[in-house]
Amino acid sequence: MVLVVGIVAGVAIAGALTLSALRQNVTFFFDPSEVAAGHVPAGERFRLGGMVVKGSLQRAPGSLEVHFVVTDFSHNVPVVYDRVLPDLFREGAGVVAHGRLRGDGTFVADEVLAKHDEKYMPPEVARSLKRRHGESRAQIPPPATLPAASPGAGVAKAGS
Amino acid sequence: MLPELGHFALILALFLAALQAFFGIAGAAAGRERWMAAVTTAVAGEAVMVATAMACLMASFIGDDFSVTYVAENSNSALPLFYRVTALWGAHEGSLLLWIFLLAAWTVAVAAASRRLPARFAARVLGVLGVVSFGFLLFTLATSDPFVRLDPAAADGRDLNPILQDPGLAVHPPILYTGYVGFSVAFAFACAAMLEGRLDQNWARWTRPWTTVAWAFLGCGIALGSFWAYYELGWGGFWFWDPVENASFMPWLVGTALIHSLAVTDKRGLFKSWTLLLAILAFSMSLLGTFLVRSGVLVSVHSFAADPQRGIFILAFLIVMIGGALSLYAWRAPLLRSAAGFELGARESFLLFNNVLLVIAAATVFAGTLAPLIADSLGLGTLSVGPPYFNPTFMMSMLPLLALLAVGIHANWKRGRLGDKWRMLLNTLVAAAVIGCGLVFGIYRHGQVLTPVGATLGVWIILASLVDPIDRWRRRLSLSRAVLGMTVAHVGLGLVVIALTTVQSFTIERDVAMSPGASVAVGGYEFRFDGVSPVEGPNYSALAATLVVTRDGMPVTVLRPQKRQYWVQRQVTSETAIRMFRGDNILLALGEDLGAGRWSVRVQIRPLVTLVWLAAFIMACGGALAASDRRYRAVKVAAPAEEAAALERGT
Repeated sequence: MVLVVGIVAGVAIAGALTLSALRQNVTFFFDPSEVAAGHVPAGERFRLGGMVVKGSLQRAPGSLEVHFVVTDFSHNVPVVYDRVLPDLFREGAGVVAHGRLRGDGTFVADEVLAKHDEKYMPPEVARSLKRRHGESRAQIPPPATLPAASPGAGVAKAGS
Repeated sequence: MLPELGHFALILALFLAALQAFFGIAGAAAGRERWMAAVTTAVAGEAVMVATAMACLMASFIGDDFSVTYVAENSNSALPLFYRVTALWGAHEGSLLLWIFLLAAWTVAVAAASRRLPARFAARVLGVLGVVSFGFLLFTLATSDPFVRLDPAAADGRDLNPILQDPGLAVHPPILYTGYVGFSVAFAFACAAMLEGRLDQNWARWTRPWTTVAWAFLGCGIALGSFWAYYELGWGGFWFWDPVENASFMPWLVGTALIHSLAVTDKRGLFKSWTLLLAILAFSMSLLGTFLVRSGVLVSVHSFAADPQRGIFILAFLIVMIGGALSLYAWRAPLLRSAAGFELGARESFLLFNNVLLVIAAATVFAGTLAPLIADSLGLGTLSVGPPYFNPTFMMSMLPLLALLAVGIHANWKRGRLGDKWRMLLNTLVAAAVIGCGLVFGIYRHGQVLTPVGATLGVWIILASLVDPIDRWRRRLSLSRAVLGMTVAHVGLGLVVIALTTVQSFTIERDVAMSPGASVAVGGYEFRFDGVSPVEGPNYSALAATLVVTRDGMPVTVLRPQKRQYWVQRQVTSETAIRMFRGDNILLALGEDLGAGRWSVRVQIRPLVTLVWLAAFIMACGGALAASDRRYRAVKVAAPAEEAAALERGT
């Protein structure tokens, strides 16, 4: 009896702790329009997704720090990142960055992810573009390969 | 011609699987011996058909038959022969075929060993495996046929994904899938027992070796995947709590609970319905993993086609299989009463804690993995869950589990008194604390709060596991393989804990910008960058950087990370360079040209990370050793009375 009560109590506590951990540690996704509209709670770490604006990639020669602009074709958010960009990062392609907004409206990324196929967009980005612009800009051709049991067929990732 | 032959063989296999399921389940229910005898024939026939289909697809890959869509999408004439063979399971359709092939192999093994089982029970087990096999064959033929022709044929293939062009593809998926699929055997045993409405200790003894072997394969597969991700992806981590990693980890956790619960059912005839539930749960987790991976509902490092038809099919299959098994459970489990009792401090209660904690761990991983899916469908926004959630919640159930393990292995069955073992446990704990803290502060001179705790627990588990075997060995008493295997697995777990603690506490990661001739110091090592030079591969061109590594002025090694561009897909990949030095795992990845002659380089030093994989392998070896124990092979069909008498005397 003691055993059963103890286990039930233990499971209940574990459940409560798990739920609170879940509430505190999820990272939400926002697109540039939502960022511009001020939907992001101040100081919160979140994921920013969109397309990298062509010609926006800037780097002082020899420096790790890189600047680029992420867009959903309605609004833009400037991003700064000081680590190695993923292999599949490309101007004009989809990208998802983890980080925080700085006071001047720049997104300081601590992690940048890019999908492996240049035609293939991260699903969140595709959905956000579809919502804002209809089907036309969010056509996702099927990826060239459908890798199976591999460690990282889909996304190249930088940072950790 | 070959692709059509393969397709036809798959269709025949589907029919044979249906026959196997029907003769097995209906034959046993009706008690018709000739029906039951036909089951093994169906099993053999199905295995031959599936093997034929595999061989046909492999021949198409080796022969560069780009008139087959699947080959055209995943191979190329420039692809080396080795990768043309492994490309077979490099994508969705082929990996499903591999799943089916391995299920057929497991089924043949069960059929071959079924002579030791009662005929009716064996027929039911094989019948349930036939149902699983039928479902997957139907899925493959209906939504993911690998033999579809491409008209007109492609001039050349689109090549295998460059990230998959690695020996890891040859071993990781087959071993991981062998583990995944292996839990279907435990599931079939559980369903057969519920259909019989009878579950005795013999049942547990038949089921144990199969479950342990599947568990060992799954553990190996997970460790291999982690190792592969570490060196191939160029990000440097070894575990990302990615949905697909979690999908393989959840059945492993539940499977671990299952092998412990089976031990109680075997030795004491307790936990019967709980064991059945775990067997259903472990296989459900395998199916769920397949669903998560295949349906593309979750964003993952593994990219998969988000074909809604496939998702719906798997979801329906999942509901039929799990729902069916759970209904059977609800109907039959009340028949399976466990008679005996046990005291609070007895080994049974420790194993119960083990089960509860492992299931909680699996549940927290489950909650974190599915939270994005649930939030999305409820319109709560698009969110992701990462290590800040998983690490602490996982530790919440693991720390008590580890602490209880050291005590639990010394507890007696049935009786609660630990007696004079308290003194020994206390001694080993003190010794472990001294060794653990000594190692942490002696070598690294700093640490976080949990570092000494983790090190102490790891050492304690190893010491406590070794006390009894060493004692028996010194007194020249015999040690059964089951006990030896358990000891090896627990020592492996202790090593995993020590290694994970060290890696989590002392990893150093830095991205640096380097010009030729310049040096940078990271974690006690000096890295001198000697520039980049071009390299030509069989189907790619690459730039290789040369970095000379020294420590305190002494040369350590020269590392050459590469940046490769594959010709067909024009994809750029990073080839990391890795070297072990005194337990430290040094990983270098070449970044990009930063201009002004400088390059970005990722430098990571992970102490003892190699031990994580090695120790996981040791755990799996322990499982294999335990499964090979003679007592599992010596089980006879008849003489339950004799069995019971033996149980009274022994254990």
